[in-house]
Amino acid sequence: MTYGSQIDELGIEGWLARYGQREMLRLLTCGSVDDGKSTLIGRLLYDSQTVHDDVLAATKKASARYGTTGEDVDLALLVDGLQAEREQGITIDVAHRYFATDRRKFIIADTPGHVQYTRNMATGASNCDLAIILIDARHGVLEQTRRHSFLCALLGIQHFVVAVNKMDLVGWSEARFEEIRAAYAEFASRLQVRDVHFIPMSALKGDNVVRRSEAMPWHQGPPLLAHLESVHLAGDRNLVDLRLPVQLVLRPNLDFRGFCGTLASGILRVGDEIATLPSGRRSRVKSLLVGGVEVGEAWAPMAVTVTLADEVDVSRGDMIVAPNNAPHLDNAVEAMVVWFNETPMQTGRQYLVKHTTLETPGEVVELRYRIQIGTLRREPATALQMNEIGRIRLETARPLAADAYAQNRTTGSFILIDRMTNATVGAGMVVERMTAEESAGRTHAAADAGRNLRLVDKRRVTADARAARLGQRPFVLWITGLPRSGKSSLAYALEERLFADGRHVQVLDGEILRRGLSRDLGFRGADRWENQRRAAEVARLNAESGLITIVALVSPLAAERQQARAIVGADRFVEVFCDAPLAVCEARDQDGLYARARAGEIANVTGVDAPYEAPTAPEVRLDTEREGLAANLDRVLAALRQRGMLG
Amino acid sequence: MTRYSLTHLEQLEHESIHIIREVAAAFERPVMLYSIGKDSGVMLRLAEKAFAPARIPFKVLHVNTRWKFREMIAFRDELVRRMGLDFVEWINPDGVRDDVNPFTHGTQKHTHVMKTLALKQALTAGGFDAAFGGARRDEEKSRAKERVFSFRDRFHQWDPKNQRPELWNVFNCRVNKGESIRVFPLSNWTELDVWLYAHKESLPMVPLYFAKERPVVRRGGAWIMVDDDRMPLEPGEKPEMRKVRFRTLGCYPLTGAIESEAETMPEIIEEMLRSRDSERQGRVIDYDEGGSMEQKKREGYF
Repeated sequence: MTYGSQIDELGIEGWLARYGQREMLRLLTCGSVDDGKSTLIGRLLYDSQTVHDDVLAATKKASARYGTTGEDVDLALLVDGLQAEREQGITIDVAHRYFATDRRKFIIADTPGHVQYTRNMATGASNCDLAIILIDARHGVLEQTRRHSFLCALLGIQHFVVAVNKMDLVGWSEARFEEIRAAYAEFASRLQVRDVHFIPMSALKGDNVVRRSEAMPWHQGPPLLAHLESVHLAGDRNLVDLRLPVQLVLRPNLDFRGFCGTLASGILRVGDEIATLPSGRRSRVKSLLVGGVEVGEAWAPMAVTVTLADEVDVSRGDMIVAPNNAPHLDNAVEAMVVWFNETPMQTGRQYLVKHTTLETPGEVVELRYRIQIGTLRREPATALQMNEIGRIRLETARPLAADAYAQNRTTGSFILIDRMTNATVGAGMVVERMTAEESAGRTHAAADAGRNLRLVDKRRVTADARAARLGQRPFVLWITGLPRSGKSSLAYALEERLFADGRHVQVLDGEILRRGLSRDLGFRGADRWENQRRAAEVARLNAESGLITIVALVSPLAAERQQARAIVGADRFVEVFCDAPLAVCEARDQDGLYARARAGEIANVTGVDAPYEAPTAPEVRLDTEREGLAANLDRVLAALRQRGMLG
Repeated sequence: MTRYSLTHLEQLEHESIHIIREVAAAFERPVMLYSIGKDSGVMLRLAEKAFAPARIPFKVLHVNTRWKFREMIAFRDELVRRMGLDFVEWINPDGVRDDVNPFTHGTQKHTHVMKTLALKQALTAGGFDAAFGGARRDEEKSRAKERVFSFRDRFHQWDPKNQRPELWNVFNCRVNKGESIRVFPLSNWTELDVWLYAHKESLPMVPLYFAKERPVVRRGGAWIMVDDDRMPLEPGEKPEMRKVRFRTLGCYPLTGAIESEAETMPEIIEEMLRSRDSERQGRVIDYDEGGSMEQKKREGYF
């Protein structure tokens, strides 16, 4: 229906009112030059009457010069813009096209299909709701089809339309269409895309693009445009997790301090309790402005200004969240990264990371694998070349408040910037993986506590009841100290003594953990941290079952021990410091740990090339240089008795 | 009950505000180019909303060619006063010295000296590292590929093959000394969106957009308005009064009017919907050759 006839029917005011309610759909078209992609877009624009007369006249002129369609207007020329690509006959960049119908406004990100332009496709896909995957019916599912589909899925597109094009060239064959559908569906099942829709069409002839095809009566579904108008998008939005990355702070006068930002997800209301990251400070929403006007509530993706009830220090790069639902705050993330630059991505190199509004130096510390896109196979790699995709571990100077990309496209994404050239060299998507830091007690222990409480509520058998049955008071004795400072000897001696006294007790040390529970971890900073987090979690579970746990781990950083204390609960956590100078420990080096570290054979050995932060206020401090094991054992038992731990 | 969704206009509005704020926060000396037209009017309104209740935290720059319609300048001065803008005007002093004008120097030379060169001069003189422009991707085919953040080297040049990938709403705001970024917050708006928004916001507009009896002459298939007595008339040419309006505003000798009855915004929107001519058709400069806008952009034109 033309605009003219709509206006005739509704009057201009009525038309304006109706048009004002339209929503927007962003879509991506993927396919190669030969799949007829430009023709499809041209057809959508042409048949939806978006093409103006003067543009059409110019295109007719161009058709005579560059066209491939003889007498007809070459619709592909409606969309091919730059001189260079016209001359080469290819699309060389992401182009945006706009059209609208009764129901929706559409933005098409038109991206090239050939192999070396993965970067453009990732760019185009990053903001899209839906992808049209073009397949030439004569050729079926190609490596390129898989490549495009994988990229779209990776970038988080939830709605796919597989457009099986050029059906006119295969005699409108239903069998051929079904064959392609089956082949694609088999591949797509591994992509975790929610909604995949197949349409047989001929963009050139216009079949099933805007008008239903008469040549393919066997296809029941709507044509492409009708499908685009009706795809359900509301479910894609995350209105649950409040995330407001702060862009800038407005201080027009002393009475007004407004924090501006675009809601990445969630709903914000005046009066809501909020927390700010990374500080963890809490406050309440005093007022909320949208476009300078006070409102009662706002939701993603609105650009808002917030004032808070308390004087809280918040600046650009911080994030406003709900106190009981915070993202992981972490100096390390696991991510899939798409590489854009001619200079390959290398581990150990520093980049600038931009995550929401935060910029911080970061280092790619590990390239876990590269993805062979055509087959989805993982393969080992030492660097990522341009247009390659891999899984990395990124460590950052400032912690990132990140969610998994699958949960949140805004807080789960980042770009990497070359520090010398300022070029955008890569784009990352955070992968969900619980690591130590993610649940670390630093700022969101309180947030996590909420989840734990719910669990406690469901339990009918309480921790106290379990402890009473075992006739003991459970606690966790956390022994820290340099390697060879006597932690394990003490742990096992203590275990033997307590067990002999009739208590239920268990030791967790590095060897035990790494043999099973933490077999997947290495010895780098974050892996070691994760190992300790797991030990603390096991100790907590033990304590809730009534058991006493003795953990003997180097646990070199104060923050790590603080995290363990937060996980276990401070009232049943006893920190024991085996204090001995490095030289003494090194002298006891029976298995050659220090020697190998000194020789450079192994890295990350505490005391040699990794720091040890001695506890300043442990519950028990033992001098393991001058005192013997028996004396130290007595000292620990005395301390436990004094605290009432041994009843 | 609240639907917790946004209409396409609201969504465009919020996205543009996000872009404007990001630039204001991340760059040292941003500037907003104001051309007096409807697009920069919308852009200015978005900037106002982005920072309210605070003032717009950057300068607003108008590159004047000395050949703008008088009504444009009057409108501009009134707007600057009403909004309390931190406003600067730049006119190319070399162009003034040589009295560059579209009649003796031709369209291309005039545009090059008074717009392209003048803009570069103004940006260099102000030490601006980011400049907002009101261009939209739907205006012209080569603009369809323009990024929201368009990187320019020290010579303000644009290399279509060397633009930064743009993902999500995470923009790379890093530039080295002397380099700059042109930012287009209205990239995803169409001409229709701009009018719908202007209507919704009751945005003041230069009266030239609305149909009125005006003195015009017919030239090259377009109605050219005789705005002042600097315009030399061809032999036999005699200004006549016609009810016309402009779809786009620029230098008056280079901007064609269309005959129209549309006196209000809804009437303009209706006329636009019923007509099938794209808007830049009124601008003489685009019609030199295929891809000419791309050429101008490489040279530093917005």
